[in-house]
Amino acid sequence: MWRWFHKLGSPKWFYAISGRWLPWFAVAALLLLTVGTVWALMFAPADYQQGNSYRIIYIHVPAAFLAQSGYVMMALAGAVGLIWKMKLADVMAKCCAPIGASFTLLALVTGAVWGKPTWGAWWVWDARLTSMLVLLFLYLGVVALQSAFTDRNQAARASALLSLVGLVNIPIIKYSVEWWNTLHQPASLTLTQKPTMPAEMWVPLLIMVAGFYCFFTVVLFMRARVELLDRERRTGWVKDIISDKG
Amino acid sequence: MYFDSFSEFIAMGGHGLYVWIAYGLTAVIFIFNLITPIFKRKRLIVEQTRQLRREELHASNS
Repeated sequence: MWRWFHKLGSPKWFYAISGRWLPWFAVAALLLLTVGTVWALMFAPADYQQGNSYRIIYIHVPAAFLAQSGYVMMALAGAVGLIWKMKLADVMAKCCAPIGASFTLLALVTGAVWGKPTWGAWWVWDARLTSMLVLLFLYLGVVALQSAFTDRNQAARASALLSLVGLVNIPIIKYSVEWWNTLHQPASLTLTQKPTMPAEMWVPLLIMVAGFYCFFTVVLFMRARVELLDRERRTGWVKDIISDKG
Repeated sequence: MYFDSFSEFIAMGGHGLYVWIAYGLTAVIFIFNLITPIFKRKRLIVEQTRQLRREELHASNS
């Protein structure tokens, strides 16, 4: 177990293994996203209340899922980096931030575009929307902190602390539609209950969620690999890679 | 296929503008996430290659 843990923390090992996994995740992401998008836009039936505007759900919900799980991952990686001083965890936490921020932004913007025809307003100060906006600011705070220090360990420590404190926002987002009387509709997909939508609506949604997660893995690996090359630039194995490419 | 014609598909029952804006923005976010690490990697390799060459020159001169 400990040997495995140390191996996992080794940048060289991660660089090699992620290089091998990357194409598989990329193929999976491409397939899932293509099938999901075509199904969502062309084959899924229209909603009886919202008509065709509800098709935005197929990107809005996966983006919001990713925004939140990306945040949890960033905070956990930050905690592992704080406790065990694991280099790879610091790299992961740093690389999660810009990707997560971009998906939070996407969830907010697609929500606004969906809100206009459905609620008649681009934005309302509703609990769900407000807590997602707070999530975006937390992400941007981490991105800013990461670049505010010249010392990498200090940057990692400060960002990890901020992301751990901000973790309190995640249950607030989740339960915001239950605790407060909001305009936002309750969850369409839950682990515990049968979906309230017909299968030809939720199956493509599930495919899109899986596709978004695969895509997240792909871009996270890509970012982490560049970050590792940068941090380990003085080591032999990185010099070998550089002189191979150059 | 849910729609009867291509123009109906584009119109999305009058919600075409909203649906296509949302999907277009998604494409932008995806492309941004893919392109950023590719450019970073290229820049890093160019910089490091130059650095390594400089060090080699330095070593052979002294």
